[in-house]
Amino acid sequence: MSSKVSALDMPDVPMGQLPEHLHLQRTRVVCKADAPIHTEGIQYSGAYASIGVDNSVGVDSFCKNFKVKVVRLTNDEIEFDMIGIDASLANAFRRILIAEVPTMAIEKVLMVNNTSVVADEVLAHRLGLIPLNADPRLFEYLSENDAPNERNTIVYKLDVSCKKGSPRVTVKSDQLKWLPHGSELQMDSHDISAKAKSYTSFSCIQDSLPEFSKKPLGVKFDDIIIAKLGPGQAIELEAHAVKGIGKIHAKWSPVATAWYRMLPEVSLLKEVTGDDAEKLVKKCPVNVFDIEDLGNAGGKKAVVANPRACTLCRECIRGVNEELVELKRVKDHFIFTVESTGALSPEELFIEAVKILEDKCDRVISELS
Amino acid sequence: MAATVVGAAAARQAAAAIVGSGSDGDALEEAAAAAGSEREAAAAYNDGNLILIRVTASVTSSTHETKSKTVFFMDKDKIYLQLNQFSKPIPIMVIMKAMGMESDQEIVQMVGRDPRYGGLLLPSIQECASERIYTQQQALDYLDGKVGSSNSARAGNRKEGLAKAILLDVFLANVPVFRGNFRPRCVYAAVMLRRMLDAILNTDTFDDKDYVGNKRLELSGQLVSLLFEDLFKSMNAFALELVNRAYEHASRSSPLDFIHYIKQDFITHGLEKAISTGNWDLKRFKMHRKGVSQVVSRLSYIAALGHMTRISPQFEKTRKVSGPRALQPSQWGMLCPCDTPEGEGCGLTKNLALMTHVTTDEEEGPLISLCHSLGVEDLGLLSGEELHAPGSFLVIFNGLILGKHRQPQRFASAMRKLRRCGKIGEFVSIFVNEKQHCVYVASDGGRVCRPLVIADKGISRIKEHHMKELRDGVRTFDDFLRDGLVEYLDVNEENNALIALYECVNDMDDSEDDIKKSCITHIEIEPLTLLGVCAGLIPFPHHNQSPRNTYQLCRADTLLYLLVYPQRPLLTTKTIELIGYDKLGAGQNATVAVMSYSGYDIEDAIVMNKSSLDRGFGRCIAMKKYSVLKEIYGNGTSDRIVRPRKDKDNQRMQILDGDGIAAPGEIIRNNDIYVNKETPINTRDKTGGPMGLKDEDYKRTPAVYKGPEGETTVIDRVILCSDTNDKLCIKFIIRHTRRPEVGDKFSSRHGQKGVCGTIVQQEDFPFSERGICPDLIMNPHGFPSRMTIGKMIELLGGKAGVSCGRFHYGSAFGEPSGNADKVEDISYTLVKHGFSYSGKDFIYSGITGYPLQAYIFMGPIYYQKLKHMVLDKMHARASGPRVMLTRQPTEGRSRDGGLRLGEMERDCLIAYGASMLIFERLMLSSDPYQVQVCRKCGLLGYYNHKLKTAFCSMCKNGENISTMKLPYACKLLFQELQSMNVVPRLKLVKHDCLMDGWI
Repeated sequence: MSSKVSALDMPDVPMGQLPEHLHLQRTRVVCKADAPIHTEGIQYSGAYASIGVDNSVGVDSFCKNFKVKVVRLTNDEIEFDMIGIDASLANAFRRILIAEVPTMAIEKVLMVNNTSVVADEVLAHRLGLIPLNADPRLFEYLSENDAPNERNTIVYKLDVSCKKGSPRVTVKSDQLKWLPHGSELQMDSHDISAKAKSYTSFSCIQDSLPEFSKKPLGVKFDDIIIAKLGPGQAIELEAHAVKGIGKIHAKWSPVATAWYRMLPEVSLLKEVTGDDAEKLVKKCPVNVFDIEDLGNAGGKKAVVANPRACTLCRECIRGVNEELVELKRVKDHFIFTVESTGALSPEELFIEAVKILEDKCDRVISELS
Repeated sequence: MAATVVGAAAARQAAAAIVGSGSDGDALEEAAAAAGSEREAAAAYNDGNLILIRVTASVTSSTHETKSKTVFFMDKDKIYLQLNQFSKPIPIMVIMKAMGMESDQEIVQMVGRDPRYGGLLLPSIQECASERIYTQQQALDYLDGKVGSSNSARAGNRKEGLAKAILLDVFLANVPVFRGNFRPRCVYAAVMLRRMLDAILNTDTFDDKDYVGNKRLELSGQLVSLLFEDLFKSMNAFALELVNRAYEHASRSSPLDFIHYIKQDFITHGLEKAISTGNWDLKRFKMHRKGVSQVVSRLSYIAALGHMTRISPQFEKTRKVSGPRALQPSQWGMLCPCDTPEGEGCGLTKNLALMTHVTTDEEEGPLISLCHSLGVEDLGLLSGEELHAPGSFLVIFNGLILGKHRQPQRFASAMRKLRRCGKIGEFVSIFVNEKQHCVYVASDGGRVCRPLVIADKGISRIKEHHMKELRDGVRTFDDFLRDGLVEYLDVNEENNALIALYECVNDMDDSEDDIKKSCITHIEIEPLTLLGVCAGLIPFPHHNQSPRNTYQLCRADTLLYLLVYPQRPLLTTKTIELIGYDKLGAGQNATVAVMSYSGYDIEDAIVMNKSSLDRGFGRCIAMKKYSVLKEIYGNGTSDRIVRPRKDKDNQRMQILDGDGIAAPGEIIRNNDIYVNKETPINTRDKTGGPMGLKDEDYKRTPAVYKGPEGETTVIDRVILCSDTNDKLCIKFIIRHTRRPEVGDKFSSRHGQKGVCGTIVQQEDFPFSERGICPDLIMNPHGFPSRMTIGKMIELLGGKAGVSCGRFHYGSAFGEPSGNADKVEDISYTLVKHGFSYSGKDFIYSGITGYPLQAYIFMGPIYYQKLKHMVLDKMHARASGPRVMLTRQPTEGRSRDGGLRLGEMERDCLIAYGASMLIFERLMLSSDPYQVQVCRKCGLLGYYNHKLKTAFCSMCKNGENISTMKLPYACKLLFQELQSMNVVPRLKLVKHDCLMDGWI
């Protein structure tokens, strides 16, 4: 009766296909009540070679399976689904968005007068964090031995004061005025005969350049509080914005934050009916479950209505329910959210991020070859 | 005259008190022996394993004229009196007889008719009889012989009458004596004896030295009045002496004006001197105390507040005793159980609890007459036997026996009724001591008391409508007091009260409970008030291991720097609101993930998010003061501050203004000059013509800034003022804005400090499903051994707070009263907003992008930056300054000193056998010195540079000289020994040197 059967010839295991439990481990994170399991990605191409399954990622199959679906798009926020990609790549985009997509931010502040209670350094720090409405792609980096010119520097001026006897003044970001001519301040020079130089050397007025003439280089939000002035206090300063990346300082980060989450998958392991169904539906604070009326005969039955809303509060699997509900995450489906700070629209930001990754890959390839 | 309790207690220790902050910002603070008198019945000394009980009763009396201490003690079954004025202990019976109690029977009757008392007194009576002292005159004669030598010297050889004077003026001075009638003092002495005998018969009646009811705090008023009294009397004595001397000069042309002989400013100067130094040196009162006044610590708001509630002990802190340091049950609600320093002052230095009131002296006369009109039978009308008649209680008012009362409870309730309706002061305490058959009425200053809600059978007198009126502002706390809803109880009177924590809400309680309920007389206002001001800042302190709260308090008030973006804690307490900490916080709400990360978080280190730091987390401004004095010299010359010559080589003078002083707002760097000062070369002799000094008569002595290299510091303010000698003083406040760096110290509010271990880019940080990225990561190993559950609840509460938009509360013991949120409710809120009930989130790794294999406990916790920052501490040096004497490197960071290779390090190197390393560290890198040694005499010679030869001054030749290296300190030692006639001789041995190359 018993004959030796090869492990690879088991009739219930189809060749070229992973058995069910391995497939689950490969594609899903299972969120148990105490800890998530199978969180790691299986990247090695030969991971399942012994059972004849190829785990490599081919360009063709990637192209075939990869999908992007925009879920929500507003002026400064985008939510989209990225399907068929590994977490390492999705994470690369996230990291680049946070740290490597350049923006413009105020870097140098020339303080002419500051009699407010806010210390110079603190004021400069606050100014630096104000998002500017300037497309960084139109600017160059200001390198160390460069002179600041119209191609790498934006100059703003802040000149506010509070008269004696008047009520307190709140200085807001809209009082930062763009100076398209460059700096108005003269450099101190020991040589009196020499012509006084300003802190920037603009060869032309930024206004006159076609890319800036339509869209003034202002600040993104008008109502950011910079300082408060008491009677008799004044602030006069000039702020120079340059291009930079978030890795150097968070002020250059183009996103408030960018993150993803894996698509939730909620499944009922058993049929939940009657009062239990009611209880289950009530338990979920984000209404993942719903009740299906089975007509007069069957009563009520719980169904998974909106798994995407799951925030993984694990209320549904707390205590006795662990054998009823299973919470999973799909490992190659990412719900990606980008919150822009305003310089670029969120969809453009993502494209910029992809370009930067492309550049990096090119660099690696050219270095290798 | 002030007199106090008859507490059968060991010396009333005076604890100490705080004092208000004076206008000059100084706070006086001190503890002191209670003014007034007091009796102690017995004391037990616990000396290691041997328990030695010596029964004593002591009373400290103070009147306007004298301050004395009267001690009764028992030695070999006989009782003696010890008084400083007598050279030897006096048998007590002699004293009684000297005071007119000639009959032994009368004395025993007065002590008590219980035969056991008589039995115990018998040896004393026998001793007195054996001395053949039977009458008052015999007793006085006996005492005259025992008067101390210092007193007898003063009175010449005539000793008669001295003993009587001492009995009148010194012995139990607080008990008044009218027209030589010693009876009140006899009664007092008898009561003391009785208390002693009680203690012998029943050791339970020993008094506890550390019992808070036996302690008095001294307030600034008391201390200053004492100081004033001393100064005033000294001034009078001084004036008297001058006037007397003036009268000795017979011939006077004008009448003597007394005013001229009073030294002006004597009192002012005396007060100023004492307050500015903090030393109360009053010989008159035998008081020599240091640190009575202290400069109030203004490091932070909380530090100042905490300092002003501090109670410092009167005796020295080094004593290794555990009793006074232990937590006293009687300090409940009066003194904070948590707030005490670590180390030597632990348990001795205390802090007031939130609602404690320290009483001040109150008028005694009206209270005494009130007592009499309420049925106190006067002492003079009672025979000795009647004094202790069963059922009647002695009434003792501020340590003075007024008389007795037959219905003590009725008397007490009548007094209390009067107090509640405001007829007598609200801080008068009435305490019925059933054990001692005494009623204590106290109105003296320095007692600690606290308000409590009065309850009738467990039902609070404060009703909802009262509270509504309070909220509407119609009623104030004083109205509650006046209407008899709330009253102040001191520690003693609390013993007569049954205080419930909360009102009994349930009327349907079991009958068993009802009996207890009907006894409840008071209800606590709020349990959180049992903690002090600083302990009140900790959320959920009742969930923490108790020493953690204490550690936190030692830490909370160390913040010296200004935070750039201070925040209000998300998890507040009622105390925080009451003291206004939410208006000026000292920390920030950091989102904390409790997980391990990178290995740079071991040993309590924390990992910080670089972007959070970029955005201003933990940024602080450190201010430092520098001052420059424009000195005026004896010859009339003075320093001058000159206009800087602005040329290219004066780079260091860049920040100077035209007046030679650095301008505010300028960035000041290391080695910059901030005052261009010049000093006259000659500051002794009269120099210079009428035109003053010429330019070349000055040398440059600029003020040079020494600060951290590479940091941007800014001159915040420049203050020009003159000091007390009218010299110009220029003060600079220099500001340094610092962002946190690796090694800076942070602390949560639960005594969990940690240094920043590493700073990590935001993209490497983990993030949650909602995109939340923590500000810092804390290692979970910080929890198990510390047991700071309060911190976990703070995290949960903070997280629920941010998600629902309501500040959550964590007041001490506040759950039942709604002043602290329950974990259950917090969890419910969390679930409602889509978080796990446990506060653990599903987290993605920022490095790999995959989810982490555990749910991470994450949420906001209030973090404070502590003043310990690496910038102020880091130090290293290669070569640098040396000490002149030994030529070894200097010591300490401030002097750019070297790092010492100490004895233990040396031991390690010896054990390892690294001899060349020792040689290098101990000599080459320290103080190598070349010496000439004479091989013949073994002494050090010298090298004559002119003749280019070495020479031994002992042998008077240069023939046997060897050159070698020694540590300079060694050479110094030889020379110092020689100067003391000890001759160290070096014996040199020829060696085919391995070490030639080294030397």
